[in-house]
Amino acid sequence: MRDLLVYLRDYRRESVLAPLLKLAESLMDLLVPLVVAAIIDEGIAHADQGLIWGRFALLIGLAVLGMGFSFAAQWMAAKASVGFATKLRQALFDHIQSLSYRELDTLGTDTLITRMTSDINQIQNGLNLALRLLLRSPFIVFGAMVCAFAIDVPSALLFAVAIPLLSLVVFGIMLSSIPLFAQVQQALDQLLGMTRENLTGVRVIRAFCKEQAEIDEFDRRNDALTHMNEHVGHLSALMNPATYLIINVATIFLIRQGALRVQAGALQQGDVVALYNYMAQIVVELVKLASLIITINRALACARRVQDMLEVQPSMAYPQALPATLPATSEAVHFDHVSFSYSQTGDAALTDIDFSAQRGQTIGIIGGTGSGKTSVVNLIARFYDATKGTVLVDGIDVRAYPEGALIDKIGIVPQKAVLFEGSIRSNLLWGNPEATDQDIWNALATAQATEVVRGKDGQLDASIEQGGRNLSGGQRQRLTIARALVKRPQILILDDSASALDFATDLALRRAIASLPGTMTVFIVSQRTSSVRQADQILVLDDGRLAGVGTHDELMGSCRVYQEIYYSQFPDERPRTRDLASVQGVIA
Amino acid sequence: MSQNASGATSRQTLAKVLVLIGRYRLLLLASVLLAALTVVLQLYVPILFGDAIDQIVSPTSVNLQALAAILGKALALIVVSSVATWVMNLVNNRLAYHTVRDIRARAIRQIQRLPLSYLDAHSSGDVVQRIIADTDQLSDGLLLGFTQLFSGVITIVVTLAFMLSKNVGITLMVLVLTPVSFLVARFIAARSFDMFSRQTETRGRQTALVNELVGNQRVVKAFGHERQASEQFRALNDELQGYAQRAVFFSSLTNPSTRAVNNVIYALVALVGARLILAGQLTVGGLTVLLSYANQYMKPFNDISSVITELQNALACAARVFELIEAEPEPADATAELVSRGGKVDISDVAFSYDKSKRLIEGFSFHAEPGTKTAIVGPTGCGKTTLINLLMRFYDTDAGSICVDDQSITDVSRASLRRTYGMVLQETWLKRATVRENIAFGRPDATDDEIIAAAREAHSWEFIRRLPQGLDTPITDDSLSQGQKQLLCITRVMLCLPPMLILDEATSSIDTRTELQIQEAFDKLMRGRTSFVVAHRLSTIREADQILVMRDGRIVEQGTHHELLARQGFYAELYHAQFAGSAS
Repeated sequence: MRDLLVYLRDYRRESVLAPLLKLAESLMDLLVPLVVAAIIDEGIAHADQGLIWGRFALLIGLAVLGMGFSFAAQWMAAKASVGFATKLRQALFDHIQSLSYRELDTLGTDTLITRMTSDINQIQNGLNLALRLLLRSPFIVFGAMVCAFAIDVPSALLFAVAIPLLSLVVFGIMLSSIPLFAQVQQALDQLLGMTRENLTGVRVIRAFCKEQAEIDEFDRRNDALTHMNEHVGHLSALMNPATYLIINVATIFLIRQGALRVQAGALQQGDVVALYNYMAQIVVELVKLASLIITINRALACARRVQDMLEVQPSMAYPQALPATLPATSEAVHFDHVSFSYSQTGDAALTDIDFSAQRGQTIGIIGGTGSGKTSVVNLIARFYDATKGTVLVDGIDVRAYPEGALIDKIGIVPQKAVLFEGSIRSNLLWGNPEATDQDIWNALATAQATEVVRGKDGQLDASIEQGGRNLSGGQRQRLTIARALVKRPQILILDDSASALDFATDLALRRAIASLPGTMTVFIVSQRTSSVRQADQILVLDDGRLAGVGTHDELMGSCRVYQEIYYSQFPDERPRTRDLASVQGVIA
Repeated sequence: MSQNASGATSRQTLAKVLVLIGRYRLLLLASVLLAALTVVLQLYVPILFGDAIDQIVSPTSVNLQALAAILGKALALIVVSSVATWVMNLVNNRLAYHTVRDIRARAIRQIQRLPLSYLDAHSSGDVVQRIIADTDQLSDGLLLGFTQLFSGVITIVVTLAFMLSKNVGITLMVLVLTPVSFLVARFIAARSFDMFSRQTETRGRQTALVNELVGNQRVVKAFGHERQASEQFRALNDELQGYAQRAVFFSSLTNPSTRAVNNVIYALVALVGARLILAGQLTVGGLTVLLSYANQYMKPFNDISSVITELQNALACAARVFELIEAEPEPADATAELVSRGGKVDISDVAFSYDKSKRLIEGFSFHAEPGTKTAIVGPTGCGKTTLINLLMRFYDTDAGSICVDDQSITDVSRASLRRTYGMVLQETWLKRATVRENIAFGRPDATDDEIIAAAREAHSWEFIRRLPQGLDTPITDDSLSQGQKQLLCITRVMLCLPPMLILDEATSSIDTRTELQIQEAFDKLMRGRTSFVVAHRLSTIREADQILVMRDGRIVEQGTHHELLARQGFYAELYHAQFAGSAS
């Protein structure tokens, strides 16, 4: 928590001045009853017109000064709290940029987005209110009591009784209803979830004639929620009447006590009026203070969450520079008995993977969902570190590359084709900010995306909406391929990136990539045997293990997993003696 | 939501609300009466205190006896007022929460009865918003707002009456000066509105950027784009800082400003009051009363203005709620039950369209013998679900008839028709409940043995067994893969084994081997059952007894695979484009 205060350092002056100015304002408020008492006891009692006018002018002066102090305080508070939130938001965003895939997995992007947006907004709000009010309300409450003691000690003792009693009621009710409100919110969320479920599943519910069952369940939750709401309601219903009762009964005692003191000659009538006014100020401020504490409490919880996020250390370390001597090798990628799991305790995603890819080769990676295809890709680019074994790129352990050096060599086309708001050009420049228009057009041609761009107004400047939603899946996919090609990578990885393309385009794409000059190594991850069939080597993955390595023909002869995948896609080519038992065996 | 309901419709909506709260009308009346009572009492007590202070002018003239009488009266009124406030709060709670409960109960019943055409035309987010947020707003804003408005008005009237009883001149002065604080608040609100809308707009852009970049952080990292991302964010963040600072500042000016105006009024009351006391026209107790009223008098004005905005908002919400719960439900259902005898389907001369001004399906006739398989094919977005909608009677035909086993589906109850079909859709809907509850969805009385047997049949048992709590594992949004969800949906139908089937084959997102399992489960289900399959797989299409080819929502061809290929029409074109390339 305390670590977040560094982001307030630039606003130290504002953070100190805001509460002080607020105190000055409340001091003006506290003086008013005293001035009115003076009007009554001196002005009226002695029929002193001049004194009355003077005190009136004083009241106006206090009002104007109070407003001035307050305006200044609000400005300071706004500046400090907004400035703080801005810095914190930037720091968190920068921190997220430094995290590796492993941290992103554990934290979850939804959580990160919530921390960036609503949590920091709540902190800003809480800080702003705290700077303005956290000192003011207690100051007025205790200030009123101090003033009361200054006027008359025996009468002021009533304040010493009333204030703790009021605090007890106000804070007791508020604090005990907080957990109840959380429960209500949870029940409401469930009801909301169920409503949404009933709408999205309306066809299934009707197909199974479950309308009445759904109504019954909804009613049960609805009644439960209503019951909880009323329960909390009963508690907060006590607040107004209880505080009203306490403050007014205290006033009755105060007036009676005042009467006795006046009779004894220890007090004047105006003093009694002043005491009465102070009593009235207390209750408003106590209620404000209690609700302020709730807001601040909530903001503190948000701050703790953001703090936790900032404390997450990136798990990956990078050396400063490459080793001095670089090995001479023709191997682009080498997996040396690599095992890997996504979490410490979880099952292995990859077990003992061992293969090597020569420069210029095309490597196919095939296997079912969850067989570890994407894990292999993630290790080549060092998005994760292997748990066992070594991954080498160009003969160097991937862990020996300085930050950014490895990524510079690799062009990745991820499974999910994501583009970003901007233009086609700005998206393609992600690969290489220095690329010329000619480079871009070349990449587009290879990616079979030329006509996607030619068909748009503004060509390369055509705008792309958030996430690329103004393009079709196939168009997006081709542009993400072009984005990776603009980089002119030494290693190109297509992670199941042709799934939205028809067979003809897929084929043309693979041919175009194969005909590119240079010795680019290409990894094609796919579920289609047709996409990897021409590869120099095919890695067949099954449940994280290498079930076979070889060319299409080799694998058709030796690898049962590969055969099964192939025949499931080309049933006509299945040998006529169809051995169902062996198929079942593979499935089980 | 923000649009202002016009006068006449507001009144209609209000009338509807009064009908809606029907049995709570007495509560509303009680709430209003109690509000009036507490306001009068709470305003009268300061007068008693003023009188009490007048009993203690100087040491020689303190009248303790009269004082005790006044204070005793005050105590009684304070107690009565506290109790009344408490009861009023309870009444309001009951009124608000029960109205909300009733509306929601009505809404969920309505959802089950509304025609699919209504639900398809409204996004589920919109309907959820009506049932949850709008309903809350209706009860908070309309019912409680009404009570607040009422007590606000009473406070003002009673305060003025009491002040007038003390002194006419000062009352008039306060009355004239009050609007000043009002104007100040208005002035500030108008100034800050502009900053606020800029803040909202910039914050919206920032949130979008965060969603985009952080949401795709892996891509950002894969391209080493971190530094550029930070810079892009910084530019927007700094822009937001400027607007936010001003918006926060301006909006926080309202309170100090109105407080300053009130303080000036307070000072004026003190000044004029003091001079009147000197002139013998007012007592010190009277001045105390006027001073405390001058402070209180302002409050209801501020309250009322916010309550009125709230009320307008609540009326708009109420109108949206009524639009939902008063929408025309599905036409009444026939009572006869469908008697299934093997599952023969006759579709004769059917016409149907979603938008009645555009023709879609016309003169469509079709016949399926019991136990046959019909494949529905066509490019994506060709409207294959339309047939499902008609067969399941999610939508009614515009003309012509659909008969199942020689009974017209409009002559039997919808429930009995739908029970005859087992349906597996591509968008796999599962309840947020345990695996067991989901499988037994259609047969809640099924035993565990039956459930496990069905799961084995449907190839889902393999993964269910490995789930942390087996059948009792709760299903959350992403605890299962798409393929596993599909297998559960099949298991759900496997347990019921209805005589006819409607299946939607999955397309791409499932890996080959799971797809193989799904295919096998489908094959088992279809054995001996009249089936309609939205087909993507070549083998399904080839093995079908009949094929319906759809394009742009219309049925363009029908026949067997070989007939259709021989016709060299749209099907042949589709077939060659989609499958021939891959098989060669």
